[in-house]
Amino acid sequence: MVKKFIKKFYVGLILIFLYAPIFILIGLSFNKSKSRAKWGGFTLHWYKELFQNQSIMNALYTTLIIALLSALIATLIGTAASLAISNMKKTPRAILVAITNIPMLNADIVTGISLMLLFVAMRFTLGFSSVLISHITFNIPYVILSVMPKIKQLNPHTYEAALDLGASPIYAFFKVILPDIFPGVLTGFFLAFTMSLDDFVITHFTKGPQINTLSTKIYTEVRKGIKPEIYALSTLMFIAVLLLLILINRRNAEKK
Amino acid sequence: MKKLFALSTLLMLTIAVLSACSNKEGEKVFVYNWGEYIDEDVIALFEEETGIQVIYEEFEQNEDMYPKIESGAVNYDVVCPSDYMVQKMIENDLVQEINFDNIPNFKYIDSTYLESASEFDPGNKYSVPYTWGTVGILYNKTKVDEPVDSWDIIFDEKYQGEILMIDSVRDAFAIALKYLGYDLNTTNEAELEEAKALLKKQYPLVQAYVVDQVRDKMIGDEAALGVIYSGEAIYTSRENPNLEYVVPKEGSNVWIDAWVIPKNSKNKENAEAFINFMCDPEIALKNFEYITYSTPNFGAWELIEDEEVKNSPVAFPSQEVLDRCTAYRYLGEEMESNYIQKWNEVKGE
Repeated sequence: MVKKFIKKFYVGLILIFLYAPIFILIGLSFNKSKSRAKWGGFTLHWYKELFQNQSIMNALYTTLIIALLSALIATLIGTAASLAISNMKKTPRAILVAITNIPMLNADIVTGISLMLLFVAMRFTLGFSSVLISHITFNIPYVILSVMPKIKQLNPHTYEAALDLGASPIYAFFKVILPDIFPGVLTGFFLAFTMSLDDFVITHFTKGPQINTLSTKIYTEVRKGIKPEIYALSTLMFIAVLLLLILINRRNAEKK
Repeated sequence: MKKLFALSTLLMLTIAVLSACSNKEGEKVFVYNWGEYIDEDVIALFEEETGIQVIYEEFEQNEDMYPKIESGAVNYDVVCPSDYMVQKMIENDLVQEINFDNIPNFKYIDSTYLESASEFDPGNKYSVPYTWGTVGILYNKTKVDEPVDSWDIIFDEKYQGEILMIDSVRDAFAIALKYLGYDLNTTNEAELEEAKALLKKQYPLVQAYVVDQVRDKMIGDEAALGVIYSGEAIYTSRENPNLEYVVPKEGSNVWIDAWVIPKNSKNKENAEAFINFMCDPEIALKNFEYITYSTPNFGAWELIEDEEVKNSPVAFPSQEVLDRCTAYRYLGEEMESNYIQKWNEVKGE
């Protein structure tokens, strides 16, 4: 009896810790006063201002496009790399896996500064492309990390059987191997997408003028105070993700 | 699978084509400024009037901006550092002299601030002041019933747990040094040790060391006393009428953010046109109303309609107040490290 209550209470506590900041954020997005310390009255003013604010909207588009593109390209490169690595002999494979793990173990700031220095040394102007390249670079290890286990689980003989039956290597890849590793590829894609959305340090060091992702845009506002339009934006993003998750879970539940 | 592959290739090609198309020809100016430090309409007005496209970029701290200029990663044309950082850039040969023939609106900058600015830019050859302010005490009238006119109140044990101290090494030492009667640019070891001891004594009385969180905390009546920049004081007093701002009698720091032109700028004349536009009284007024930080532009000051703001001792203090405020000088790498070391010793307990 008591045990059940304690369990529920504990879960409730965890949920409160996780979501309290978000709910406060959502509440503040309707606050007429800019300050978090004072409730100035209910308003939708900040939502209106948000859609009229060019620089925040640009930052949003840039963030989404970079996340999408870098995740896509990293997934393609990462999947191909995983296949190659899994076909290597023991030593080269061990070396490559170690090299692949370094960006993940490194602090972001090391990756960020070294990329910036590389671009400067190559006289490559910092801008949108430098951010995109950087994001692809740090995303590839995550894709490889997701795809490799799936490749290990493959039955090596199905590929050979397909070749024996007359399939070309590419046809065999798309029809036999890819469907089996697809969950890993998808996981890699979403992981890369999230890491890219989340990133601040690397973007901060490799971006050029006028390129801003949401994280760097919010950072520039810290000195004068974060605009409530950002609270409105965060609320909308939270609701979007929530709806998406509810939809996906509904579909999965129906399937079963 | 094939469809996905084809779709993604198509997407990539479209993006590539679009990004190639967006390379506009024409005059440009690269501006690097603090976040939320300009009225965005002003940029559009500038582009309309001069036909020069503004590529606008923001930074959060002087120390974030400096390595970007130093490494030459991007060639900015106009940058807005703070006083001591202007001096550091001058001494490291990172900025070039401004051709004031191209900035006729410079005459609207009040000479008082040019005098303060010559502390870090002797002869005013490299910089044009953009905003300025003081550092002072913001106090809550309902929690403090004695007159507030001296720094001694933030070192007073009576207010233990009610004091918000500024989390910035130069500002903290400036307060301690001014209170002890010393120059806030001092390099005298004995004076610095005395200041350090005073700050250490204050440590147990402080509720929190903050920079911008001081705003919300004071508005929320969470503390009686806070150290704050004058620009923020206007905003907080509007939100909470119980708050008052004062520059103590021992004196304080006057800070100035100014426009400079880096040496590796590629569009010097466009940069000067931009600075000239910023010094236009109407434009400076627009910026003042958005940023709420004081403007050094007396042409703009004359255009202010709200009498309360125009004569506000917070936004536009009297000459007597300004006389007891000093601007920061850059003290060199070794002395800066010395200050930081002492500050760490204060907070390290």
